[in-house]
Amino acid sequence: MRHTNKSFLKQKLNQKETIVLELKNLHAEVEGEGIEILKGVNLKVNKGEIHAIMGPNGSGKSTLAKVVAGHPEYEVTGGDIIYNGESILEMDPDERAHAGVFLAFQYPVEVPGVTNTTLLRESYNTIAASRGREELDPLEFDDYIREKLDLVEMNPDFLERSVNAGFSGGEKKRNEIFQMAVLQPTLSLLDETDSGLDIDALRVVSDGINKLHGEEDAIVLITHYQRLLNYIIPDFVHVMIGGKIVKSGGKELAFELEEKGYDWLESLAKVNGEAK
Amino acid sequence: MSETKALETMIGEEYKYGFTTDVEYEDFPKGINEDVVRLISEKKDEPEWMTEFRLKAYRAWTEMEEPTWFNATYEKPKFDTLQYYSAPKNKPKLNSLDEVDPNIRETYEKLGIPLEEQKMLSGVAVDAVFDSVSIFTTFKEKLAEAGVIFCSISEAVKDHPELVKKYMGSVVPVRDNFYAALNSAVFSDGSFCYVPKDTICPMELSTYFRINNMNSGQFERTLIIAEENSHVSYLEGCTAPMYDEHQLHAAVVELIALDNAEIKYSTIQNWYSGDEEGRGGIYNFVTKRGACRGKNSKISWTQLETGSAVTLKYPSVILQGDNSVGEFFSVAVTNKRQQADTGTKMIHIGKNTKSTIISKGISAGRSDNSYRGQVKISKKADNARNYSQCDSMLIGQTCGAHTFPYIESANPTGKIEHEATTSRVGEDQIFYLQQRGISEDDAISLIVNGFCKEVLKELPMEFAVEANKLLGIKLEGSVG
Ligand SMILES: Nc1ncnc2c1ncn2[C@@H]1O[C@H](COP(=O)(O)OP(=O)(O)OP(=O)(O)O)[C@@H](O)[C@H]1O
Ligand SMILES: [Mg+2]
Repeated sequence: MRHTNKSFLKQKLNQKETIVLELKNLHAEVEGEGIEILKGVNLKVNKGEIHAIMGPNGSGKSTLAKVVAGHPEYEVTGGDIIYNGESILEMDPDERAHAGVFLAFQYPVEVPGVTNTTLLRESYNTIAASRGREELDPLEFDDYIREKLDLVEMNPDFLERSVNAGFSGGEKKRNEIFQMAVLQPTLSLLDETDSGLDIDALRVVSDGINKLHGEEDAIVLITHYQRLLNYIIPDFVHVMIGGKIVKSGGKELAFELEEKGYDWLESLAKVNGEAK
Repeated sequence: MSETKALETMIGEEYKYGFTTDVEYEDFPKGINEDVVRLISEKKDEPEWMTEFRLKAYRAWTEMEEPTWFNATYEKPKFDTLQYYSAPKNKPKLNSLDEVDPNIRETYEKLGIPLEEQKMLSGVAVDAVFDSVSIFTTFKEKLAEAGVIFCSISEAVKDHPELVKKYMGSVVPVRDNFYAALNSAVFSDGSFCYVPKDTICPMELSTYFRINNMNSGQFERTLIIAEENSHVSYLEGCTAPMYDEHQLHAAVVELIALDNAEIKYSTIQNWYSGDEEGRGGIYNFVTKRGACRGKNSKISWTQLETGSAVTLKYPSVILQGDNSVGEFFSVAVTNKRQQADTGTKMIHIGKNTKSTIISKGISAGRSDNSYRGQVKISKKADNARNYSQCDSMLIGQTCGAHTFPYIESANPTGKIEHEATTSRVGEDQIFYLQQRGISEDDAISLIVNGFCKEVLKELPMEFAVEANKLLGIKLEGSVG
């Protein structure tokens, strides 16, 4: 609730300064295979806003998130990604992360033998170094992450376990948000963070995300379920079909989708497609 | 972007030990025959029995065939043009560090191994072997106080002949294999260590082997004896300059552990591995074997193999004493055109003997990495146990990994467990870490270190950091 009015106000203010992410007619295909997945995505996300992206399976939501984060599997064939006023197309994924882009993966990857703490300390310190912030030594870091554990009510035992290795589906998702809490990104892309979380976990993790979110950052969350949006209230809801955003609206759009499904929008996608 | 960056670092700092040292060498004829063998013995001022040992080995060698059973293809060493002995010219018997050729001293400094004791890693004694000769051994006096003998094998032949006579060739007989026979004939130097009864060696011992001369082979010989109730930890490190030609390195290492004794032998092998096209690099054909002669004795081999063009190496343990324990922890990394065929043999003879094998093979580039392991349980070895785990990791699409386990059990009470896995460093794994701000090279290094963790933790602490760094440098730019 608390963001809705503010962000509408903000849009009327000096836009340039408040836009975190702008996708301009973004086209992307699978590298080397010529399969186009993103077919002209337009999106504007301002500071302090939460955007939800919904859409049927295979419509390109995860691809969109990965392309913004710079996954080498996809090639941008047209359009642009403007982040904090600059195109980031030429930046490596780690450089984008340094600049404050964070992706909570739909399928978090296992890294056997590397503990959560090791990864997070490396991450935190490289990001800190690149932003001219102070790096933390192991002891300071330990204090720092314990606070963050509380935020998502995660058991400290997970710190010494290998990254995601043998984690349950829900544990992996919670771990992603824990990492987000530690790294404090400017733009968080949360890809189906809710799937896999049980009812209590969903509440805890959502609360955590709400606490992390403020005036200076923005969140794009991808979800299939209106339920999540009861916890994390979006300023905008977008529907993606066939590699495009075919409809945008306020949070009520999510209810409409819940009720009607996507069929009624499929035709819209086609019309839009032909119009291009 | 990332590819060119990775490439630049690769060219820039890939093998930082590839420099040569300008020293004058003693003249020595090329090729091999009985006279050459005698001449080596003469140069080293050896007693008659040692000369005889060499000649016997030489004669055995001439009757042996070069082995071809392993998984590697390479141009055979040219045994008749090789130089079998190479010593810097002014090498008097050194009593103080000041007498060491400044160029050679500088070499070790550059390698990060200062020979001044006060500059050393505390708690590590070093024997520095340059081409064929031992240059200097640090902390001799401190070790002598504890009764530990740590010196070059040449000195040991002179000063402790009874020990050398008794043990040399007792674990690896001269006829054991082609390269062991050759080594027994022409070995030049190496380290000798004797830990007396009831003694815990007060510091880590280490030998740094350096091949400098382009045309010489290096044939060192290491002998470590741990008497009853003693304990010693030993580490060897190896580097060589970059030459376009291959150099042969054929060492023999023998370990003997008596009742309740424990020997921990670690290797960080970083010989020059040749270039992108497979030009140059060391042939590392080494015989390493330990005998757990005493009850409750234990021998552990830990190796981090990153260098050499071709590696054939199977550090083994003969578990003779009842309740004895053999361990083999190995990380073998191959990149570019490297070929490694490495593994271990665990021969169970005593009762209740136990062996553990953890092997991690990492292949990148166009390299080939094979694990070959033999576990043998003989008739009398009641209740023998073996656990083997062989994991391979592939980086990229053009490398190979192979596992060849051989299991023989002649005793029904024996238990052998073998597990093997193969995984590939995926684009998704790297992307995940990059998304967390970690560079591509650091991501690979992190993934590989995680993969090898169980083995790396076995290395002496003083060397763990070095090992981590080495792995990182070795695989830099390997995903392009
Ligand atoms: N590397 C690839 N190679 C081939 N096809 C791909 C590749 N990556 C994505 N696709 C295809 O692109 C389409 C979009 O995939 P994406 O994962 O973005 O969908 P999504 O909207 O996130 O779906 P879901 O809701 O099921 O998570 C799918 O049809 C998928 O099969
Ligand atoms: Mg998806």
